[in-house]
Amino acid sequence: MLDFLHANLSYFLSGISVGGQYALIAIGYTMVYGILRLINFAHGDVFMVAGLMMVYLSTALPVTIAIPLVLIMTVVLGFVIERAAYKPLRTAPRMSVMISAIGISYLLQNAALYFTGGLAKVYPAIPWLSQSVTIWGSTTKMVTIVTPILTIVLVVLLTLLIKYTKVGMAMRAVSKDFETSRLMGIRINSVISVTFVIGSFLAAVGSILYFTNYASVTPISGGMPGLKCFVAAVFGGIGSIPGAVIGAFIIGIAENIIKGGTSIFGFGGSGWTTFSDAFTFALLIIILVVKPTGLFGEKATDKA
Amino acid sequence: MAENVLKLENVTMQFGGVVAVNNLSLEVNKGEIVALIGPNGAGKTTAFNCVTGIYDPTNGKISFNGKTIVENHPRGKMKKLYAGENAKLYVNSRTVDPTPDMVTKLGIARTFQNIRLWKSMTVFDNVLTAKHMRAKQNVLTATLRLAYKEEKRMREETAALLEEQNLLQYANDLAVSLPYGLQRRLEIARALATDPKLLLLDEPAAGMNPQETQELGEFIVQIKNKYDLTVFMIEHHMDLVMQFSDRIYVIDFGRLISNGTPAVVQADPKVINAYLGVAE
Amino acid sequence: MKQKSKAELWIAFAAIALIYVAVTVLEQTVDSNHIIFTVLKKGAIYSLVAVSMNLLNGFTGLFSLGQAGFMLIGAYTYSIFTMPTEVKLTESVYKYYEAAIKFDTGIFVGLICAGLAAALFAALIGLPVLRLKSDYLAIATIGFAEIIRAIFQWDVLGPVTNGANVMRNYLDLTDVKIPFTDIAFPPTLYVFLASGVCIGLIVLLINSSYGRAFKAIRDDEVAAEAMGINLFKHKEMSFIISSFFAGVSGALLAMYQYTVQAAQFKSAMTYEILLIVVIGGIGSVSGSLIASFLYIAASEWWLRGLDMGKFLGIEAPNLFRSGFRRFVFSIIIMMIVLFFSKGLMGDKEISFAGLVRRFNKRAKTAKGGGIDG
Repeated sequence: MLDFLHANLSYFLSGISVGGQYALIAIGYTMVYGILRLINFAHGDVFMVAGLMMVYLSTALPVTIAIPLVLIMTVVLGFVIERAAYKPLRTAPRMSVMISAIGISYLLQNAALYFTGGLAKVYPAIPWLSQSVTIWGSTTKMVTIVTPILTIVLVVLLTLLIKYTKVGMAMRAVSKDFETSRLMGIRINSVISVTFVIGSFLAAVGSILYFTNYASVTPISGGMPGLKCFVAAVFGGIGSIPGAVIGAFIIGIAENIIKGGTSIFGFGGSGWTTFSDAFTFALLIIILVVKPTGLFGEKATDKA
Repeated sequence: MAENVLKLENVTMQFGGVVAVNNLSLEVNKGEIVALIGPNGAGKTTAFNCVTGIYDPTNGKISFNGKTIVENHPRGKMKKLYAGENAKLYVNSRTVDPTPDMVTKLGIARTFQNIRLWKSMTVFDNVLTAKHMRAKQNVLTATLRLAYKEEKRMREETAALLEEQNLLQYANDLAVSLPYGLQRRLEIARALATDPKLLLLDEPAAGMNPQETQELGEFIVQIKNKYDLTVFMIEHHMDLVMQFSDRIYVIDFGRLISNGTPAVVQADPKVINAYLGVAE
Repeated sequence: MKQKSKAELWIAFAAIALIYVAVTVLEQTVDSNHIIFTVLKKGAIYSLVAVSMNLLNGFTGLFSLGQAGFMLIGAYTYSIFTMPTEVKLTESVYKYYEAAIKFDTGIFVGLICAGLAAALFAALIGLPVLRLKSDYLAIATIGFAEIIRAIFQWDVLGPVTNGANVMRNYLDLTDVKIPFTDIAFPPTLYVFLASGVCIGLIVLLINSSYGRAFKAIRDDEVAAEAMGINLFKHKEMSFIISSFFAGVSGALLAMYQYTVQAAQFKSAMTYEILLIVVIGGIGSVSGSLIASFLYIAASEWWLRGLDMGKFLGIEAPNLFRSGFRRFVFSIIIMMIVLFFSKGLMGDKEISFAGLVRRFNKRAKTAKGGGIDG
């Protein structure tokens, strides 16, 4: 076990790091799903757009200004998407809202395709985050170390916010029972907006960490991480924030080991890279079949 | 003693810690109209859902024409949580938990408290679709129209059924565009289209005025005789219940508190208490 | 009781026949390199897959997003089966692997096998996923489509699938011959015939007793089950049939494209098909057909200028550069989703009697206005 750990240390490290970045995105999915029962297909693309904004802003502005600007603009983007594309469909069937989300995802990708000309954009090196460090004999970027710490700090803050603030209480109420909360005078629309704002903010933070690691942004960089993070949220039990975080770490680590692992079940290594994405979905299907509520999910009550 | 069509034995339905139906045993005999009454939230619809396979009861046995159609005992988490009675009674027997379509196929059809017609379909198609279950065809013969004779038969039967229910003039209207009373009628017609032997009616007179209720009662007797049915219904309209049912079961908080002929039940102080509350 | 009137049915047949005649004439008279043939061929293929998706999403109410995966299975099955054995044995396609499948079939068998392979996969996948609720079903089917794509790109299966490399030199549209002769079959007509037969079968299914059962499930599962319709059996049936036709459309796409690669069948492709279905109207076959041709015509032909610097005579190379077309396109789609959520047809079908009635009504009101004025 220890040998395996040592041999794959660098994969573990990058797995933990990617896991942290996934966690930040997955929270957005799980919160929106918890409240609106909507798979926000556009969330991954918001994350990609945040990456592109950083690319463009950093050419004109110093990083210290660019970063807060990216965070603000992503939050605004998330807010606008909710107001423009989801709010008008509040009373429509769930399928319509999901289609709207897919439409927004398609729109963001195509907009990005147009503005970038379809080329991969080099992500700016953020001074401190991009530095190399060496731990236990494997060299990695600072961001690898920072990500899990930052993730945990943000998650703790978020949990406190949800537990102890008024808006947090309202969020919990809305996710328990949408209609009753509305009748009880909770301003549903502002609660939903806050949810999108928090989700987008975390996705923006996630994008800074993620793209510092990957160094380039393309219009489709959001799609796969987005789907994976949704899987992470389902895996952890949709609606549960700690669940989403744990799910994200598990997926991040497993995927990196598959990518880099020497051999699995006696098959050669290279072939398994193809499956690093597929693995996530296999995990999804297994969890949906075995325990549809995920690791920490609550059982949904069915009304006949 | 008449042969019983439907028999519930010790049926208990528990959701988490809530016992919705508690140790309910009752019998419905062939050719009877039996009513199940009780205050709101007494567990009447839950009992219906246990019979029709929508819920698996936590404990108990249900038989139809002498054949066991549902049987269960507390399992898994429920073993500890179970608050009902007779937990051990069915432990050693085989569990039977059919899906609703299997129950319907056996000959039990139902209507719903909150009308559940297929909203995108016409009146005609609502009834026609209920005939799908018993059609002698498969997907290939149906698609390629090799089963056109079967389709023709189904259409003729549907038309005849609608004609008889005075609904034929609405055949091509959307089911949900009908007035409320007719929607209830249509739901009954749809249930009849599945060729049932036992008809479960969940509050058939809900929202009707006394005149309509009276007509409904006569209508139920009429279809019962015509199709050789047994009727088991949940109802709140006491006029309907007292006038048309042969026997009545009264439940409160999931438990059976009284049963017998309308006259007997009407005079039972327990029933009066259940409805009006106990005078302190 | 009252089925569609006979006259209306005949009008519909006549209209369909007219379309086929028009395609035949067009193909004999217009230069075969004209863009219209691209639009017609691709439009017909997308029509088929859109209708197959509509069967599932629109008529059975199952929000499934696995269409691209089933098309992939169809395309690969077709290309593997119809690639001549002598091609498989040389290095022209299987460069890094030794082809494991050493036989080949004709086009027709290939198409059927493509459908069957997709249907078989659907049957297996359906067992676990069709028990899931709406949005979980959507994400699980996306997941399966991605897994299928990974499997087809897996190097261990290289001897069968050629790994992640391109498949080509199988029988394509130019290899279709008029039966018992050596004369090439008009390719556009062929695609129209193949798609048309498949769509015709789906329409027959939708209007059969089973189609009504599917709609009952869509409208109200609880009522459907209470009326004796076995939910799982019918959902599985709809899923398998939809996938069969998605597989066939994948095979047709492979025929049309001359080459095919697993990387092409991403979830973006499914989204594209879904959007076509939405534009046409969820639950309307004729809507899906119109939307497919409109979508393909707009993206391949009419809006081309948006990418090429000149549109509607306006030259603006900086604005109208590569990617602008798809950008404009996605905005239009969002408009439809938000403001015309019923799509072109809602859940209605084109009805000739309806058209006539509407026309009469308009004429009448016009006349009425005249008298009043």
